[in-house]
Amino acid sequence: MELKLLTYIVVGASFVLYIGIAIWSRAHNTRDFYIAGKGVSPIANGMATAADWMSAASFISMAGLIAFLGYDGSVYLMGWTGGYVLLALFLAPYLRKFGKFTVPEFIAERYYSRTARIVAVICLIFVSFTYVAGQMRGVGIVFSRFLEVEVTVGLIIGMGIVFVYAVLGGMKGITYTQVAQYCVLIFAYTVPAVFIAIQISGIAVPQLAFGSDVGGISLLDKLDDIVTSLGFTQYTSGEKSKVDVFCITLALMVGTAGLPHVIVRFFTVPKVRDARASAGYALLFIAILYTTAPAVGAMARYNLINTMQPGEIGAANGNLVYDERPEWMHTWENTGLVVFNDKNGDGRIQYYNDANPDFTTTAERYGWQGNELTVDRDIMVLANPEIAGLPNWVIALVAAGGIAAALSTAAGLLLVISAAVSHDLIKGIIAPGISEKGELRAGRIAAAFAIMVAGYLGFDPPGWVAQVVAFAFGLAAASLFPVILLGIFYKRANKQGAIAGMLTGLIFTYGYIEFFKGLFLKWAGAPWGENIASNWLFGISPEGIGVIGMLLNVAVVIIVSNLTAPPPEHIQHMVEHIRVPRALEE
Amino acid sequence: MTPENRKAYWKANLRLLFGCMIVWFVCSYGFGILLVEQLNNIRIGGFKLGFWFAQQGSIYTFVVLIFFYAWRMNYIDRLYDVHED
Repeated sequence: MELKLLTYIVVGASFVLYIGIAIWSRAHNTRDFYIAGKGVSPIANGMATAADWMSAASFISMAGLIAFLGYDGSVYLMGWTGGYVLLALFLAPYLRKFGKFTVPEFIAERYYSRTARIVAVICLIFVSFTYVAGQMRGVGIVFSRFLEVEVTVGLIIGMGIVFVYAVLGGMKGITYTQVAQYCVLIFAYTVPAVFIAIQISGIAVPQLAFGSDVGGISLLDKLDDIVTSLGFTQYTSGEKSKVDVFCITLALMVGTAGLPHVIVRFFTVPKVRDARASAGYALLFIAILYTTAPAVGAMARYNLINTMQPGEIGAANGNLVYDERPEWMHTWENTGLVVFNDKNGDGRIQYYNDANPDFTTTAERYGWQGNELTVDRDIMVLANPEIAGLPNWVIALVAAGGIAAALSTAAGLLLVISAAVSHDLIKGIIAPGISEKGELRAGRIAAAFAIMVAGYLGFDPPGWVAQVVAFAFGLAAASLFPVILLGIFYKRANKQGAIAGMLTGLIFTYGYIEFFKGLFLKWAGAPWGENIASNWLFGISPEGIGVIGMLLNVAVVIIVSNLTAPPPEHIQHMVEHIRVPRALEE
Repeated sequence: MTPENRKAYWKANLRLLFGCMIVWFVCSYGFGILLVEQLNNIRIGGFKLGFWFAQQGSIYTFVVLIFFYAWRMNYIDRLYDVHED
């Protein structure tokens, strides 16, 4: 069957499935809408959390990123999984015991303060919108590549689907749809990886295959060999400084544990012990993709270089003749994501690192006049089945998987935004007397509105969208995580400390990123500092600075709390209460 | 469930958390980042050990660690009689 038709069928079938689930699991009250009625089993919640967490970026971009970064790509692998340990050990069981609907609600009650709630809502909305814009963009890209429709049309279809199940089903609808989306995306990710692993090494497990023998030498050693003889950095060691790798990893971990759309998942399970187990299942399901990704990355890099450099490096006939290039290159050249430019006019493709000054003389000796091939990192996963020559249904499945990853994350984010508006702002601050029905309606309207804004951001992303992803993690790490953690583990933490701490973490982290990267103040001349290692504070890049923001936040909470009055008796009692699973007798 | 009982429960919980955090730190920041060069001199199969911890081993350890913590906490909950239902 023709690929396009097949893709339509597979993607269409997945949409029918999602909408069917949404209708079956409609929300009837605010409990359903915000926290799925607390009736989700820990395994189902683990799958839903995994789908929620793994975004278009994890599915489409991460393996490609690792393929080109090598060891340095480990910051994403460790950073985006290690945060679940912090969640499971420090937050999830206690927030579940607290037993309310949203993250700002916890901060408001624990710190008996409306101001704290508003600060938390602002952090939450900023973090979530940053993310969701990227997801909608991802939906548009998958649609335009595989279904050959305009990015705009793809976006509108994606918005329509999310609209149906997020607005109708709330958390309950989203949770059960995400279970289905997890199955689609993990199947779509692992099937091509297994086939490629078999082709390269004869071993069906990608996690083992990328360390296996290829012609008497390990694949990774061979990769190290080839990339260094083409002027690149060794694959298994990195370029980033140790302190920077350390800080970026820590900022991503703490940021993960502080992201509201992840935390809120643990409000949906029936019991405290389910919250602990559920975090374990979530990470298990996430780990299936996250341990496959580095294998896909290494194998993709290996395949790419072997394709371009079939003969000896430096020999006149060592490089691929452009006219004999494989079919998948034709396809992707049409999208502009693979570009060939025959700089030395020999009709062959020279792919090497021309930015490495130590390699220049070698390249000149070979008669190479610059790197001739640019490959967009994002195509590695999407092009994988074509590179491996897999049947069309696998390619169609990858399209459905990419869309599932983007939609599931977008829906989860939209829900926390709508809950922050309807529950924290409207019910919590503006109109406390609002009825259950009125609040549910407000939640649905807020979700619908959030989808429109997200769609707009995805359609016309402001220049800063890509840059603020680091900011989203830094912000969550420096603002929300420390005050939630101290709220549970440090009874003396009070209102003044929490507000001062959140603002310190927020302003410091924001200021540092603005200074080196420029976000909103470009009109005023930002960035003011050149973004190079010698200028950075302690050698920490803007991506990792959230760690310092977090430490400042913790220090300020402790100092300010001790200089002001301790929290009232009933708050201290509440902390006692959330620390134990069973309800306290009064 | 007396206040003394709750206090002892919380202490046991903190002890367990401390132990888990050491494992968490050592397998990722220790083996995968700080000691990566030293460990890269050791090999398991076709992997350099430091690189393997950074891209595989740390993630496996995290999964096992959460399930261990959940299992151990369920035991401590019962031991101090603070478990649900």
